[in-house]
Amino acid sequence: MENQKRVKDLTEKYGAENMIVLIGGAEAEAAGLAAETVTAGDPTFAGPLAGVQLGLRVYHAVEPEFKESVNPDVYDEQIGMMEMVLDVDEIVEEVKGIREEYGKFND
Amino acid sequence: MNYPVVKGASYILVHAEDMVIHNGTTQSTERVINPDSEYLKKLPNHLRSFDEAVNYLPNQVYIGNYKPEDLKNQQQPWYQNPLKDADRFGKFGEMMPEDEFIGLIKIVDVFDLVKLTKEFTEEVKAKLEVHPLIKGREDLISRLKTGDELSDIEKLIDEQGAEPLITGGNTVGCVKRAHDVDENLSAHVLFENLVSKASGVLAGLNLIAKNDINPDDVEYVIECSEEACGDMNQRGGGNFAKAIAEMVGLKNATGSDTRGFCAAPTHALIVAASLVQSGAFKNVVVLAGGSTAKLGMNGKNHVEKDMPILEDVIGGFAVLVSENDGVNPILRTDLIGRHTVGTGSSPQAVMSALVTAPLDKGNLKITDIDKYSVEMQNPDVTKPAGAGDVPTANYKMIGALGVMRKDLERAEINDFIGKHGMEGWAPTQGHIPSGVPYLGFAREDMLEDKIQRAMIVGKGSLFLGRMTNLFDGVSIVVEKNPGKADEEKGVSEEEVRKLVAEAMRDFASHLLQD
Repeated sequence: MENQKRVKDLTEKYGAENMIVLIGGAEAEAAGLAAETVTAGDPTFAGPLAGVQLGLRVYHAVEPEFKESVNPDVYDEQIGMMEMVLDVDEIVEEVKGIREEYGKFND
Repeated sequence: MNYPVVKGASYILVHAEDMVIHNGTTQSTERVINPDSEYLKKLPNHLRSFDEAVNYLPNQVYIGNYKPEDLKNQQQPWYQNPLKDADRFGKFGEMMPEDEFIGLIKIVDVFDLVKLTKEFTEEVKAKLEVHPLIKGREDLISRLKTGDELSDIEKLIDEQGAEPLITGGNTVGCVKRAHDVDENLSAHVLFENLVSKASGVLAGLNLIAKNDINPDDVEYVIECSEEACGDMNQRGGGNFAKAIAEMVGLKNATGSDTRGFCAAPTHALIVAASLVQSGAFKNVVVLAGGSTAKLGMNGKNHVEKDMPILEDVIGGFAVLVSENDGVNPILRTDLIGRHTVGTGSSPQAVMSALVTAPLDKGNLKITDIDKYSVEMQNPDVTKPAGAGDVPTANYKMIGALGVMRKDLERAEINDFIGKHGMEGWAPTQGHIPSGVPYLGFAREDMLEDKIQRAMIVGKGSLFLGRMTNLFDGVSIVVEKNPGKADEEKGVSEEEVRKLVAEAMRDFASHLLQD
C-alpha cells in the first residue's frame, strides 16, 4: 500500500514518461501483480492505485532489458545468485505480457 | 585450538489442542475482529488428537525417533500418511499431552498465580507420578498441591481478568494476573511466559535425562526464546534462564537470556561456545521453550484447504556445550558467519555473509559441508499457506552460491540439494525451527562417522520489533571431533619407533663389539 502511494506520488511529480518501475518479486504471480498494479491499476482495488492506469514502464530485475543495461559485475554480485534460484522464464513471460498489454510507453 | 563440543541435545513438543483455539493469535485476533466467522466455527473440527499428533512423522523426527532422511521416503503431504503406534517418548525428548503440560505449568509457577481444580489436580498428579522424568522428583510433584474449587476459579476468570486454562474443552484452572494495572503482569502475558518457562523446563529435564548429564556440572544457562518477562518498569528484564535452571535442578548454574528473534538459538550457541572456549565456564546449556501465540498461525489456510491444523504443538529444545572431550563434535568458533549492519539486504548478500564467508575462513568449498541446517520449517505447514518450502528455497540459494564460486556446476544444483539439504520437520515456532533442530542428529551422525561437517544457520526478521529494518543472521560450523585420543596415539607411535630404533642401534653395536 505504502509502495503504491510512493509510485503514485512520484509519477505525479516527475510524469509517467519519466518513470521506470523495477520489481524484484520472487515468483511470477507476485511479480505479475506488482507489474499490473503500476500499469493497469491495483487489481485488488485495495490501494491508492485502484482504478488508476499509470501504464508505467515496468521490468523485473531478472529481465534481459534490465540485465543488459547494468554493469555485469554488479549484476552478478547483487542478483546472480537469485537469477539461478528463480524461475526466470516464467517471471519474464508474466511481466513482459503485462507490460505489453497495459504499458503506455512501449519503446 | 581447543574447541568446545556439543555434548548433548534434547527436543520436546507439547500438543496443545485447546490452546490453539484460545491462545493462538490468529484465532484470538479473529475473535475480536470477526467473532462469528466461519473459520472459528470450522476450526474445532480440524484439530488433531494427541495420538494423531504423535503419529505425525515430522513430530517423530523432531523428538528423535525417526531421522530427517526418513522424511524423504514418505510422500508429502505427510499428514496424509500417518505412522502407526508411534511412541510419545523419543530418543531426544518427548511429546507431552496438554493436560500433563497444564500440570507442569502449575509446577513451575512459584508465585501462586496458577490455580487448578481439585479434580484436575488429582488426575494430572496421577499422570505425572508415572512420567519417567518427573516421577522421581517429589520436589516438583508436591508443587501441584491439592487444587481449588472450580467456582473460585471461575470467579477469578469472570471478575479479575484471570486467563482460563482449558483442556478437553473444559476449564480446569486459570492463570491469575499479578497486578491490577501493569499490562506486563496481566494474566495473558503471565500465561505466555509460564508456557515458555514450562516447555523450557521440559526440554531441560530431557537434556539431563537423555544425555546422562550430571545436573550439578552445569554452570551457566542461556535461554533464547522470543518471550519477554518483567514488569512495567523493566519489561523484558528477563532471566527465564535462571528460572528454568531452578526447576530443572541445575543448582550450580546461573544464566541469562539472549534475544534475536528466530536467530537467537544460533546466537546463543555461539555465545555458549565462546564462554566454554574462554574457560569462563565448563558446561553451558542453551535452551528455549515455545509459544502459544504461534499456535494455528496459518490455521485459516489449513482450514480453507480442509487439512488438519498442523500448528498444534509448542516446541522446545536444549543443548549442552562443554569443554573438548575428544569425542563429541566440535563447534568451530573460527568458522562463524554473521550478517553485519553493513551487509545489505539482498538475498545474495545475506547468504554470502552467512554461508560462504565462514567457508572462506576455513578454505572450505560449499560441498565440504555435508549438511546445512537452515530454517527447518515443516513444508506441510508452510506450503498450503503460500510460503513455499522454506528449507528447499534456502538450499537452492546455497547451491547457486556454490555455482558462482565454481564449487559445483549449475546442472548439479538439484543433486546438491538432495545430498546436502534436508526436508524440514520443525514446527513453525519462530526460534524453534531455526538452525538448531539438526544439532542432535548432527552429533549422532558425527559420532557414527557418517558426516564430517554441518553448518548451523540462524536467521531473524528484526523488523517485527519495529526498532530496525535490518535483517539478521549468524552461522557456525560443527565438525566431527578429530579426537584427543588420536593425538596421543600419534605421540606414542613415535615413541615406539624411537624405542625400536634404540633397540636396533643397541643390537647393532653389540654385533659390532662381538
